[in-house]
Amino acid sequence: MLTMIGKRLMFAIPSLVGVVIVTFLLTRALPGDPAAYFAGPAATKEAVEQIRKKLGLDKPLIEQFFRYTNDLAHGDFGNSLTTGQPVAAEIRNRLPASAELTLLGLIVSIVIAIPLGVLAATRPGSWIDHLCRITTTAGVSLPVFFTGLVLVYVFYFRLGWSPAPLGRLDVFYSAPPTVTGFYLIDTLIARDFEAFRSALSQLILPATTLAIFSLAPIARMTRASMLAVLASEFVRTARASGLSPSTVIVTYAFRNAMLPVITTLSMVFSFLLGANVLVEKVFAWPGIGSYAVEALISSDFAPVQGFVLTMAVMYVLLNLVIDILYGVIDPRVRLEG
Amino acid sequence: MKRRDFLKSVSGLAAGAALPAVPQVISSAYADARSETLLIVSEGGPNNLDIHGVGTNVPGYEVSWNCYDRLISHEMKSGPGGVPYYDRDKFKGELAEDFKIDDMSVTFKLRKNAKFHDGTPVTAKDVKWSLDRAVSVGGFPTFQMSAGSLTKPEQFVVIDDYTVRVDFLKKDRLTIPDLAVIVPCIVNSELVKKNASEKDPWGLEFTKQQTAGSGAYKVTKWTAGTEVIMERNEDWVCGPLPKIKRVIWRMVPQAGNRRALLERGDADISYELPNKDFQEMKANGKLNVVSLPFSNGIQYIGMNVTKPPFDNPKVRQAVAYALPYQKIMDAVMFGLANPMFGAAKDKPTEVAWPQPHKYNTDIEKAKALMAEAGLAGGFETTISFDLNFAGVNEPLCVLVQESLAQIGIKTTINKVPGANWRTELNKKEMPLFTNVFSGWLDYPEYFFYWCYHGNNSVFNTMSYKSAEMDRLIDGARTAAATGDTATYDADVKGFVDLAYTDIPRIPLYQPFVNVAMQKNISGYQYWFHRRLDYRAMAKG
Repeated sequence: MLTMIGKRLMFAIPSLVGVVIVTFLLTRALPGDPAAYFAGPAATKEAVEQIRKKLGLDKPLIEQFFRYTNDLAHGDFGNSLTTGQPVAAEIRNRLPASAELTLLGLIVSIVIAIPLGVLAATRPGSWIDHLCRITTTAGVSLPVFFTGLVLVYVFYFRLGWSPAPLGRLDVFYSAPPTVTGFYLIDTLIARDFEAFRSALSQLILPATTLAIFSLAPIARMTRASMLAVLASEFVRTARASGLSPSTVIVTYAFRNAMLPVITTLSMVFSFLLGANVLVEKVFAWPGIGSYAVEALISSDFAPVQGFVLTMAVMYVLLNLVIDILYGVIDPRVRLEG
Repeated sequence: MKRRDFLKSVSGLAAGAALPAVPQVISSAYADARSETLLIVSEGGPNNLDIHGVGTNVPGYEVSWNCYDRLISHEMKSGPGGVPYYDRDKFKGELAEDFKIDDMSVTFKLRKNAKFHDGTPVTAKDVKWSLDRAVSVGGFPTFQMSAGSLTKPEQFVVIDDYTVRVDFLKKDRLTIPDLAVIVPCIVNSELVKKNASEKDPWGLEFTKQQTAGSGAYKVTKWTAGTEVIMERNEDWVCGPLPKIKRVIWRMVPQAGNRRALLERGDADISYELPNKDFQEMKANGKLNVVSLPFSNGIQYIGMNVTKPPFDNPKVRQAVAYALPYQKIMDAVMFGLANPMFGAAKDKPTEVAWPQPHKYNTDIEKAKALMAEAGLAGGFETTISFDLNFAGVNEPLCVLVQESLAQIGIKTTINKVPGANWRTELNKKEMPLFTNVFSGWLDYPEYFFYWCYHGNNSVFNTMSYKSAEMDRLIDGARTAAATGDTATYDADVKGFVDLAYTDIPRIPLYQPFVNVAMQKNISGYQYWFHRRLDYRAMAKG
């Protein structure tokens, strides 16, 4: 197991190096001129040059690159010009916000989608199968920002059930002391139940938005793969041997149907990180996606590079986790690996 | 925790999860906090708390305005619609309790009881250090200081602990007003020097993250891109103690949500909403919507006069007759702007700026002018705009495109990303574009100096050069400094007339600053910087 993890991580190194080079070059190829942007509307040519010098943008590209990699090696991601903060600190603060939201959305979606898919597969053509089809079609066809806005309109503006879409906590609560960065966990550690409730109620709508979006692929994949497995010979044998239907479905069929579902899950997770950007915008969520987009709009190199790099690392880790999960679920994969 | 308490909190939790917005059980401190707190929602937030910093954005100016004091500030007068409006011509002391303007200098007597947020008294050396800093750090602050002929540290002289003199380099009417803008704020010099380094002698890194002033508010928490929390400075002496104890300023990127927050009564104030929303909110009357014209500001269509076909005044006039002015006012601005077109033929030019020109939409006349210019067949060009303000610029350009097609000018719309807009302006290569300019200092010659003078500043986006224009602008500046009203009036009328016959840029309208707030919020004041002044506001 450990050698496999080690090997996997080794393979990741070239991709990370590639990511560093490509993001550096891509951000430099962006059309905007950060010096002109940050010199302000009233700047003279000299003022722009002064700023360019201050930002080190007057140096040749290769020198900028070496300085950048050197800083990276020291754990310094540089400073964001739009927010004025060190990128590493910003990502550290914002990543948990995005992760909490994405994970919750994913959990909600799994809790609904997998049983739905399993039920639809065991009773093809029944009302539950149709329900599954309708929800998944609706889920994929609605863009996230639209679902988000509709939910805000109905549950906040019209009905008033949901709190104001103002980020992670009600304005008048203070954030719990940071332990994990996940407010749901940190408020419980701090035994601040009012804040916990506030954090949870703030999470409901955005998490639902993400869940609706991610429901479709998970439910469809579960249904399809369950159907395939249920038609296979070992299931027929199990049924013929007189095992109870629940044992057949849960223990034998479902476990075998899991592999493609897990693969889909990892894909959905990466989708969600992208969809997050829009959800974060709609719900004023202080996450990493909205941060990266704002940086991109203002040609702010450092956060864009930091963001891409963080994402790359996360993907590498995610793939690793998925691979390990494969092994846990299916011993054959473990043997071959 | 006792079993009973546990059960209570668990059931409370369950109830909360089911109906999370019911705020009944929440502690009473919550209600008190609400009534003394102002909750502002806006699209963007500050990137730097110090206006002297590198690339501080406009929301950052609002923090500086409320958390730092200046030597002097403006009196208020009653503006359009009875809204308090800063009085361009009347000054009052802020940190200065008294000031005396002489022929070539101005002397300020400081308040003896004024203290910085950390308790150190504000003295003359802080004033000198702060003004030195403003003229030395480079970039926008230094540029703004130079607009009032404040360029050298030697101009700021400490007389004693509580007296400072500012020497004039030359007579300039803009020197005193320039000391009342946001930039010449007074910074706690000892505190900042302690946190400065060799690489950063003015301590910009330190003041970027925290306020080091003597102003009515201080920033207690700032999460970039998310929120700013400001608390009242209980020891503020430069004016009556503000009524708002705490200001929470949240960034809500989605305009629709900002409106929902206002209409549900959760947020107190918002600006930066689409014009349509403001117009609807005005109509339904649930909120107070204040709309006031930008002082000294105009949205215009500019043409690059160095290149054909716009080097020909006939073509420029043809464009001026072809623009769909009224349509833009109705469909883009929803009436929330002052028209800058279609003045009566016999209306005399005034000594004022902005004022409407006499062009109107008249396609026949435009076609005739195109024929006179030898371009009856029309030509192709591009019209560019800044995507940061796409909400207004995009429909505006589409309307212009449609109209110009009628006189044979085929335009392609070029959307320039915000980050790139200034670079493009600086290059001065865009043939046709729309843009806004507005000056903090509300004087016609100030506007013309930046936008029409042959020294070709970045705002002379048309690259317009005319010896006669330069003579008139310089003449007005000198006349203003020496108090020669007759020459001043003649020169101002002269340059306005010339700008309208040569028409290198075509004014469309004077935009409005729109602010929507709850009915229980009072004390909004219009300032030249168009941001909020919390000091005068009250709730309830």
